[in-house]
Amino acid sequence: MRRDLTTSVIAIVVFSVLFGLVYPFAMTGISQVVFPGRANGSLLRAGDTVIGSRLIAQPFAKPVIGKNGKPETNSSGQPVLAPDPAYFQPRPSTATEYNAAASSFTNLGPNTAVARDTFKASLAGYLKLERPYNPGLSASQVPVDAVTSSASGVDPEISVANADIQAHRIAAIRHLPMVTVKRLISENTNSRFLGVLGEPGVDVLDLNLALNRLTGRPR
Amino acid sequence: MFEGWVQIAIYVIVLIALTPPLGAYMARVYTPGETVLLERVFGRSERFLYRVLRVDPNDGQDWKRYGRSLLVFSAVGWLVMYAILRTQTLHPFSTYPGVQFHSGTWDVTFNTVSSFVSNTNWQYYGGETTLTYFSQMMGMTVQNFVSAAAGIVVLIALIRGIMARSGKSIGNFWQDMVRTLLYVLLPLSVVGGLLLVSQGVIQNFSHYTVAHTLVGGTQTIAQGPVASQVVIKQLGTNGGGFFNTNSAFPFENANRFSNFIEMLFIVLIPAALTYTYGKMVGNRRQGWAIFAAMFALWFGGVAVAYVAEQHGTPAQHLAGVNTHAIAGSTGGNMEGKELRNGIVNSALWATTTSDTSNGSVNAAMESFTGIGSAVPMGNLAMSDVVWGGVGCGLYGMLVYVLLAVFIGGLMVGRTPEFLGKKIEAKEIKLVSLAALLTPLTILVTAGVATASPLGRASISSNAPGPQGFSETLYAYMSQANNNGSAFAGYTGYIQPNAGNLGAHGVKLADLMGGLTMLFARFIPLLLVLAIAGALAGKRVAPAGPGTMRTDNATFVILLIGVVILVGALTFFPALLLGPVVQGLGTHLF
Repeated sequence: MRRDLTTSVIAIVVFSVLFGLVYPFAMTGISQVVFPGRANGSLLRAGDTVIGSRLIAQPFAKPVIGKNGKPETNSSGQPVLAPDPAYFQPRPSTATEYNAAASSFTNLGPNTAVARDTFKASLAGYLKLERPYNPGLSASQVPVDAVTSSASGVDPEISVANADIQAHRIAAIRHLPMVTVKRLISENTNSRFLGVLGEPGVDVLDLNLALNRLTGRPR
Repeated sequence: MFEGWVQIAIYVIVLIALTPPLGAYMARVYTPGETVLLERVFGRSERFLYRVLRVDPNDGQDWKRYGRSLLVFSAVGWLVMYAILRTQTLHPFSTYPGVQFHSGTWDVTFNTVSSFVSNTNWQYYGGETTLTYFSQMMGMTVQNFVSAAAGIVVLIALIRGIMARSGKSIGNFWQDMVRTLLYVLLPLSVVGGLLLVSQGVIQNFSHYTVAHTLVGGTQTIAQGPVASQVVIKQLGTNGGGFFNTNSAFPFENANRFSNFIEMLFIVLIPAALTYTYGKMVGNRRQGWAIFAAMFALWFGGVAVAYVAEQHGTPAQHLAGVNTHAIAGSTGGNMEGKELRNGIVNSALWATTTSDTSNGSVNAAMESFTGIGSAVPMGNLAMSDVVWGGVGCGLYGMLVYVLLAVFIGGLMVGRTPEFLGKKIEAKEIKLVSLAALLTPLTILVTAGVATASPLGRASISSNAPGPQGFSETLYAYMSQANNNGSAFAGYTGYIQPNAGNLGAHGVKLADLMGGLTMLFARFIPLLLVLAIAGALAGKRVAPAGPGTMRTDNATFVILLIGVVILVGALTFFPALLLGPVVQGLGTHLF
């Protein structure tokens, strides 16, 4: 018993040093030399300023201006945000509002009224934003990813169908020909790995950056 | 759906292709007299470690000494990890502008530490908001390695017991531990971890990054030494994520290829160990027979979950959402799923992670359809012996094999024997205890948690009716099987602010859950060692014409039947009240 205890204490110390310090530090060292961009979060920069990560969705929303000319606030004093129509919109993030430092699932169950109401609201918001540019757009044409929250809350991608609907709005607001917007979409679409694994998706941040490079930042 | 089936087929092919080489390699690691190539690199370190630990690797232990070493080692590891998590304010990087980490409360820390020492990795805490990098490395990562190794060595001890020609020794715990860590887990983690970084899984010690977004706002982005922990949590069937949303978070699982690797790692070692077993007992067909039974039970789940998730949920249909595939979208129940993974990889992952005792997720289980979530629950009902945790899955399955041999023996009226050893009353008593303990623990704890207001405090406010019951049942099924996946709305920790400030635990959930995990890990483990000890002392009789074979299709079917009868049927009434009600009805709650 006593020998086991001595050995266990030594073993935990040795293994802690080996797997808790040497191993992660060595892995970090190698990663920082061989894959510096990816090991640090695939960050995108404008000059010296980090503007986001290619892997993390960011909100493309702006404060709603009320009738008095000031930003509207909700009951808890936070500014009310609405999608900025000049940008492609990522998937909804109803649980965390694109928080990339405190991720959470929505945990909406399959048979709950609160889930139904959340989907209804997302669908209505989507139709309200896109219908002026897609006359006659019906709920059955809206792809499911556009009205459901992802698991991480920061899914960087949207489906091609979703991007194609939003393309009409972008083309109108940015005064671009549809064919240009469609080209940008296909240039920023990640296909299946080796043509088979995963599902194709359009990277929203990359796509919006490409738009800004073409037409400048809106306003 | 065709593209999805192709992806499942590729996964199966790669898994089957990797099983023999890795399995044969591990058999060499544990067979005296055989050497592996890596000993040229680590051989000296290995011998040095034995000197530092003051152990003689050739000192054969009987099952009691072997078990005692394991228990003492786990207990010391528990205390050290508890001390680490409770002193977070002293850690480097615990405070910097915008970020401040306090320690978790004692009750949630009790749960978390029990969870990692028992190879469960159940998460009542949220990774990036409650743990310092130091805790993640010295606490989580260390236990990810050693608790996984502890599972593997018990399996190896059981195999030695089955194989022993005489005597009582089932090997030396310390030697098995060191060799598992140095020759199996560490090399796989280094290679796999770097592969993950190459795909975009992060690995750094930076502060959280503040990004200035395109529309003029800011976004704080978490950082950390992620890949080094993620790779072992996948390989070691641990499953506890660096981030709260586990392998759904892009920094933990960056793209389509990283998802494939991580998904493969869930089942890589558990599958290969069936081959190791076959090779060590000198009959590879024995290993493949168990592989076949596991494969069949696993594949059935994959197929059901994939088809179920491709349909939407009643809530989506009633909200007017179109869940069918349309041009440019594969459709399905995409709530709580990442686009790059899609329906198929989310269903495949969920089935695999609940069959093994891994418990990592790449999608929100709670948002699955009723039938889709009945699959992970059904898997947990089978006591995680389909692939199962590293080591513990196969030793759990071997318990079922002995049970099947016994039942088969009764049916044909002969003394049951297994690989030449008579199975007698003592073994069957131990086997029955080991097989019934987990289901019994679940039914009692889930019952208590459902019946008492203290237990119901953990149910999410968004989970009325059967959803709340499913959350509760899943929580205790997961913890009692040392799985760790969750219907994540179920909570044991209220954390109003990042950094644990003002947080408090839900005591019943934390304490009953923690005790469940320790109990369900270590009692069956000791019973298995006792079986190993009992078998080790038996003489081997040559197989005669009346011997029931355990390496043919008939036995595989018998084994599948026993697993379903003992495991799944125990939970049939409970499953009806939760996921089945949700899956068959369109009523909203």
